[in-house]
Amino acid sequence: MDLATFLIQCLNAVQYGLLLFLVASGLTLIFGIMGVINLAHGSFYMIGAYMAYALAPLVERSVGGGFFVTLLVGIPLAVLLGYVLEWLFFSYLYERDHLQQVLMTYGLILVFEELRSILLGDEVHGVAPPALLAGSIPLGDLMTYPVYRLFISAVCIAVAAGMYFVIARTRLGMRVRAGASNREMVQALGLNIRLLYRIVFAVGVALAALAGMIAAPVSSVYPGMGGQVLIICFVVVVIGGIGSVRGALLAALLVGFVDTFGKVFFPEAAGVLVYVLMAAILLWKPEGLFKAA
Amino acid sequence: MQRRHALATLAAAALLSLAGGANAQAAKIKVGFMLPYTGTFAALGNAIENGFRLYVEEQGGKLGGREIEFVKVDDESDPAKATDNVNKLIKRDSVDVIIGTVHSGVAMAMAKAAKDSGTILIVPNAGADAVTGPMCAPNIFRSSFSNWQPAFAMGEVAAKRGHKKAITITWKYAAGEESVNGFKEAFEKNGGQIVKQLTLPFPNVEFQALLTEIAAAKPDAVYSFFAGGGAVKFVKDYAGAGLNKSIPLYGPGFLTDGTLEAQGDAAQGMLTTLHYADGLNTPRDNAFRLAYAKSYKLQPDVYAVQGYDAAQMLGIGLTAVKGDVSKKAEFATAIEKAKIDSPRGAFTISKAHNPVQDIYLRKVEGKVNQVSGVAAKGLADPARGCRM
Repeated sequence: MDLATFLIQCLNAVQYGLLLFLVASGLTLIFGIMGVINLAHGSFYMIGAYMAYALAPLVERSVGGGFFVTLLVGIPLAVLLGYVLEWLFFSYLYERDHLQQVLMTYGLILVFEELRSILLGDEVHGVAPPALLAGSIPLGDLMTYPVYRLFISAVCIAVAAGMYFVIARTRLGMRVRAGASNREMVQALGLNIRLLYRIVFAVGVALAALAGMIAAPVSSVYPGMGGQVLIICFVVVVIGGIGSVRGALLAALLVGFVDTFGKVFFPEAAGVLVYVLMAAILLWKPEGLFKAA
Repeated sequence: MQRRHALATLAAAALLSLAGGANAQAAKIKVGFMLPYTGTFAALGNAIENGFRLYVEEQGGKLGGREIEFVKVDDESDPAKATDNVNKLIKRDSVDVIIGTVHSGVAMAMAKAAKDSGTILIVPNAGADAVTGPMCAPNIFRSSFSNWQPAFAMGEVAAKRGHKKAITITWKYAAGEESVNGFKEAFEKNGGQIVKQLTLPFPNVEFQALLTEIAAAKPDAVYSFFAGGGAVKFVKDYAGAGLNKSIPLYGPGFLTDGTLEAQGDAAQGMLTTLHYADGLNTPRDNAFRLAYAKSYKLQPDVYAVQGYDAAQMLGIGLTAVKGDVSKKAEFATAIEKAKIDSPRGAFTISKAHNPVQDIYLRKVEGKVNQVSGVAAKGLADPARGCRM
């Protein structure tokens, strides 16, 4: 591998890692901070992707906007969905044990998949990237790199910075962290913990949906797409240290590098390398790279 | 009102059971669909069932003089559940015939169960070479293709187009490896050379690292095997990486079948090989397409054709034994001797029970895989490992 190829592969790794972080970011909130094992996270990602596909023509017709307007319409819808789901289902789960959380969120996966099948069918669909970002830049003598992928990376960095800032530096973030470590005490101090959790959950769903919408132009939308990202998201959150945004970012990048170079150098074992990485890190640091912030 | 309705239902049920008891010979043939109705391949499963039902309806709901009754199992394309699912059909529902499935891993489990129980199995898609290779049996048939067939045809095409060095890329699973091997066999026989075989774990769709490897190796051509969402993403990523401008991308038809709307411009001009194509424009195909579109308000695809032909094969076999499925040997002989009048063009069934058929070369034009010639005429799978 010459230097140019090596550098392009590094770019691939970083880019994939950042995308992983974006997809896993919502899970960091819901699983990492709120402590709910949320198997339906992949479904929220899928819902986002299908929104990018299904809302686009509606938005085009009614307001005349493109991809970015669709994003602006989709995010509030996802927040609303998260808010309602928390109110109807998840708010009953905090006190329950993990098995019940797994059961209910698994049930939600089935419900969302079936709804998707009924409403939008089982076909594979493409989503066009916005015209502004549809170009590509030359890289080496044969290859080009789609500008849209760089845009995804930029969004991921912005989300990571935003999440870190809100959770570590703001009053809201402080309350969320306090609620995560001692729910009753926070309640006793007069904070409406139910509302707080509802908001955090809604934001977590919105982040997953945002990831789906942003990823849709490169991944295309297809049945079962949520299941594919779910496991890798849990890997990222667990490696990073449950509840740590910094950890999740670092873990996502690590997984990106291991996956990219694993495919190149050890194609025979590429499927398991990420899990070997997780096992190794958990042996070394059983709580993940960073303890909860 | 409700009471009267209930009475009528009861009476009807009594009549039905009487009729059943009076004439066991006229009992319905039980056909069990074991197809994916959920997950990535759900659309394929539905197309196969639609095609099958269309032929049965055209025959007035009867094959070989007996009415057909359907039961369905969703196989979820999950090999881990395949044995349980197929046993539901064989043991619980005691079906006479099984139709399924799309996923090769699931189909292998089905073939094993069918081999053990002797139930007639017609595979309407799954291309695993082994189904009509080492697993072949007198009661197992396939109405679709073997992975080897379109791949071998494409290997010849690529070599004849003057390509010398090719890279192959696929998921690391049986279907992908069989397809790549078929391509390699024909490509190297005709003077080409495979310089690198790239794989990634199924169903991973993060192709960027391997595309970078392709760009660094600069082959004359790339052969790839992907399907469904993976096919869409691969073709788009390949174009996104700018490789389609300098290195032509080939593959079996699944790379561009049912996916063109999603692939958009990225797939334009691509050449693929398959046993079906758009624009065949034969009276048989036109009639089929019209009937299918009328019945289902959908355009048929290759999967619908395979389902339709599975029903035709069953019809031929049942007619020969006058609806008596216990006469397995005569059933099989009839199908082996038959010429199946498929929308894809007439084909015959090999000794190993795989179609001997023309493989078309197709070119992506707009939203269709337009036929541009025959890549291999009357191509028969070598049926390696079949002892029958």
